Amino acid sequence: MITFWFAVLVLAWVLYFVLEGFDFGVGILTPVLGRDEHERGAAIRTIGPFWDGNEVWLVAAIGVTFAAFPAWYAALLSALYLPMVLILLMLAIRGVALEFRGKHDSPSWRRRADLLLAGSSTVIVLLWGAVLGIFVHGLALGADGEVTGTGLSRSLDPLLTPAAGLGALGALLAAVLLGATFLALRTTGPVRRRARSLARHAGLAGAVGLLIAGIGTGSRIVLLAAVLSFGAGVLARRAREAAAFVAVAAGVAAGVVTVFLAHGDVVLRSTLSDAWSLTRTGAAAGPEALKLITIAGVIVLPGVLAYQIWSYWVFRRRVSSERVAS
Amino acid sequence: MDVLDLTRLQFAVVTIYHYLFVPLSICLAATAAGLQLAWMRTSREKYLHLTKFVGKLLIATFAVGVVTGLVQEFQFGLGWSAFARFYGDVFGPTLAIEGMLAFFLEATFLALWYFGWDRLPRRLHAATIVIVAVGTLLSAYIILAANSFMQNPVAYALDPSTGRAHLTSFTELLTNEVVLAAFPHTMAGAAMAGGGLLLAIGVWRLPADRAFATLSRLGAWIMLVGGLGTVISGDHLGKVMTAVQPMKMAAAEALYETTTGAPFSIFAIGELGHDRPFFSIEVPKLLSFLGTGSFNGTVQGIDDLQAAYVAQYGPGSYVPMIPVAFWTFRLMMGAGILAMAVAAFHLWSFYAFRVRFLPAFLQPGRGTPALMRRFIWLAPLLPAAANTFGWIFTETARQPWLAFGISKVSDGISPGLTSAEVIASLAGFTLVYGLLAIVWWRLVVHLSRKPLAPDKIESSSDREPAPAY
Ligand code: HDD
Ligand code: HEM
Ligand code: HEM
Repeated sequence: MITFWFAVLVLAWVLYFVLEGFDFGVGILTPVLGRDEHERGAAIRTIGPFWDGNEVWLVAAIGVTFAAFPAWYAALLSALYLPMVLILLMLAIRGVALEFRGKHDSPSWRRRADLLLAGSSTVIVLLWGAVLGIFVHGLALGADGEVTGTGLSRSLDPLLTPAAGLGALGALLAAVLLGATFLALRTTGPVRRRARSLARHAGLAGAVGLLIAGIGTGSRIVLLAAVLSFGAGVLARRAREAAAFVAVAAGVAAGVVTVFLAHGDVVLRSTLSDAWSLTRTGAAAGPEALKLITIAGVIVLPGVLAYQIWSYWVFRRRVSSERVAS
Repeated sequence: MDVLDLTRLQFAVVTIYHYLFVPLSICLAATAAGLQLAWMRTSREKYLHLTKFVGKLLIATFAVGVVTGLVQEFQFGLGWSAFARFYGDVFGPTLAIEGMLAFFLEATFLALWYFGWDRLPRRLHAATIVIVAVGTLLSAYIILAANSFMQNPVAYALDPSTGRAHLTSFTELLTNEVVLAAFPHTMAGAAMAGGGLLLAIGVWRLPADRAFATLSRLGAWIMLVGGLGTVISGDHLGKVMTAVQPMKMAAAEALYETTTGAPFSIFAIGELGHDRPFFSIEVPKLLSFLGTGSFNGTVQGIDDLQAAYVAQYGPGSYVPMIPVAFWTFRLMMGAGILAMAVAAFHLWSFYAFRVRFLPAFLQPGRGTPALMRRFIWLAPLLPAAANTFGWIFTETARQPWLAFGISKVSDGISPGLTSAEVIASLAGFTLVYGLLAIVWWRLVVHLSRKPLAPDKIESSSDREPAPAY
């Protein structure tokens, strides 16, 4: 049961990072690929109906973490207090920028919304990447599962480690690739062209970077990511847009899974003492709670997947950036 | 302030803020669904325009509700990790089920509805907004069930080996007598909030655009019916609370001694200490009636309850902040009643048939009197104030308990948290939330300025695939 819920949890986080990853990427790329307001509007329209549904995967992921592994939820969030608060604040700005952009006709309102969207998307991606990096490295958990320290540095210091930096860079690359391949897939005209060319260059450049990192660290997963990044670049060049997007998504998924499996049964490593690391069994909720969410999940989640897929189907048409707005 | 007080303050600020927008979303979703069904039934263009207008308000409000709700979901781990460990088995599944069951539904179907006007068959399209409305009610119910657990813990057992609370029955958690009473009350309060917003926009825009007349009347009716609902359900909730948390209701009246046929003071000047206040207006026996259903019922006083709790739970103070409880309770009721008066006045001035029976100086004339227009901004603010005061009362008069009778608030905070961190995050939340409120407000004003029944050109652009981007 605990393994099952661990798998569900990893799945929820994977879905979150892949799905919201592409809309973060679109957010980052909007000012880069959209040369004028209509083009930027077209880029944003590709994620308009989806980003909120994507973000609910974060609610689901954190909710499942709380429900199935309360001690993990507690340790992670309280130890990374300020980075998490920052992510939430940026998500708030981003959500509102997205949702309110089109509700006002003035160009300055829209320009501001675009900048806020791009800025907040970038910061969020960097922070999530850093958090995943910290995850692999571990936190200074004490015997009670808490991190102690003084002042702001208690929860900000982990951000300044090399692991966090690498994570942030990797996440930025992943989001840019996801965003570019998604835009190439979902738009027409100049935005599509530019997105494809960006995907090609970023894919190849990313492959080189990942290859060096992979040989340096000897990590097989980084080498796999390099292959996928290369593949995405090549596929984008051949205008195989759907395949390119799938390649990147697979890379991101593999990366997230690896992060969660980095320490085997240990879900949150303590850098102070192995005895204080949090294990799956140690963090798990009691059997009654697990049974309850199992029943609820089995009944509800297939329906959720079905109607989310349906909604992607309803809005499958490409968004044209050539439309002259009325 | 120490780190505990700061964290409590932050929880209060962030949650109250979430709860300014949530009631609006709940009411606007139901209203949009009702209007769309009315349009399908009658085919009157007017209802279609109103549906779309309310839909735009809903989208703007919902966005704020979502991003602030996300913060809520993280709060229990950020600031209250000890609480999250202790109650994880009760709260975790409840929040997870809320997310799976309600939030996916709301977010996905709201997008389908808003962007799907010309992509979905008519009936299916109408069904999407009905689903959104049901989703908002579901999420409200489930989260209230979680809150009601803290007010009146049921369906749990303490595990002696881990010292943690375990859920024993989810059905029992969902049928806690407190949530059964609180849900109708909060939903009626939500109706008042949304109705007030529609009423205010309607009255404000009426002189420029007659099409807003329907909106103003609709808002006023929703507000009035919601108001009656809050009074009836509030009376019931008060009785339930007197039974499960007698200290809270005693604090609400600053009643120190156990009294039979206890009075209810509407207003008081002076300290709310053991001596009777300097001045107060009292309704005899009303408190007994509110709390027990009988004018001669016995209401327990603070001193007796304190003594009983010391005997039961050990030494300590079990008395919440009396003035806060006393005043927030009255402000909730007062703001609500004033709001109902505004709605009633608007309706009265609208239905001109009354004119014949009235002397000239009371005649409302056609439409809204200038008096009404001048004070109409009160219409959305009063219910928002009532909701806020109601929650402050509910949550602060539960002190010192986190979950009543099981654990104290001071045991719930994240052990490692530092004051500097909470000050930083509180500043961040205040700043960002302040900006959100300003932007939301400007947007609502902007959306309301447009003509309700758009001319031909605008309505054709309305049918573009994605009107919002
Ligand atoms: C427009 C909003 C509004 C209005 C007009 C009223 N209330 Fe209320 N009240 C709320 C909005 C609200 C609320 C915000 O929704 C609360 C907070 C917690 C809850 O369950 O509902 C609440 C709480 C609340 C509680 C405490 C419940 C608890 O501790 O769990 C009581 C006893 C009452 N109310 C009673 C009343 C009475 C007798 C009213 C009659 C005049 C009244 N309320 C008007
Ligand atoms: C429905 C789910 C809710 C849950 C689970 C919940 C839980 C909590 C928790 C854990 C605290 C901190 C501990 C404490 O100070 O008691 C708290 C405090 C508080 N909450 Fe709630 N809350 C809920 C809803 C609300 C809402 C909707 C509001 C207001 C709109 C609200 C207003 C407050 C206030 C004012 C405090 C501070 C009380 C004090 O510290 O004296 N709560 N709540
Ligand atoms: C403190 C506990 C609370 C938590 C953890 C919480 C969590 C959330 C979250 C995560 C969302 C966003 C959903 C989405 O992405 O679609 C949300 C929205 C919502 N919440 Fe809360 N919430 C809390 C308090 C409340 C209370 C007290 C109510 C009602 C009584 C409520 C009712 C709603 C509703 C109806 C929505 C959807 C409408 C909207 O987004 O404005 N919540 N909440």
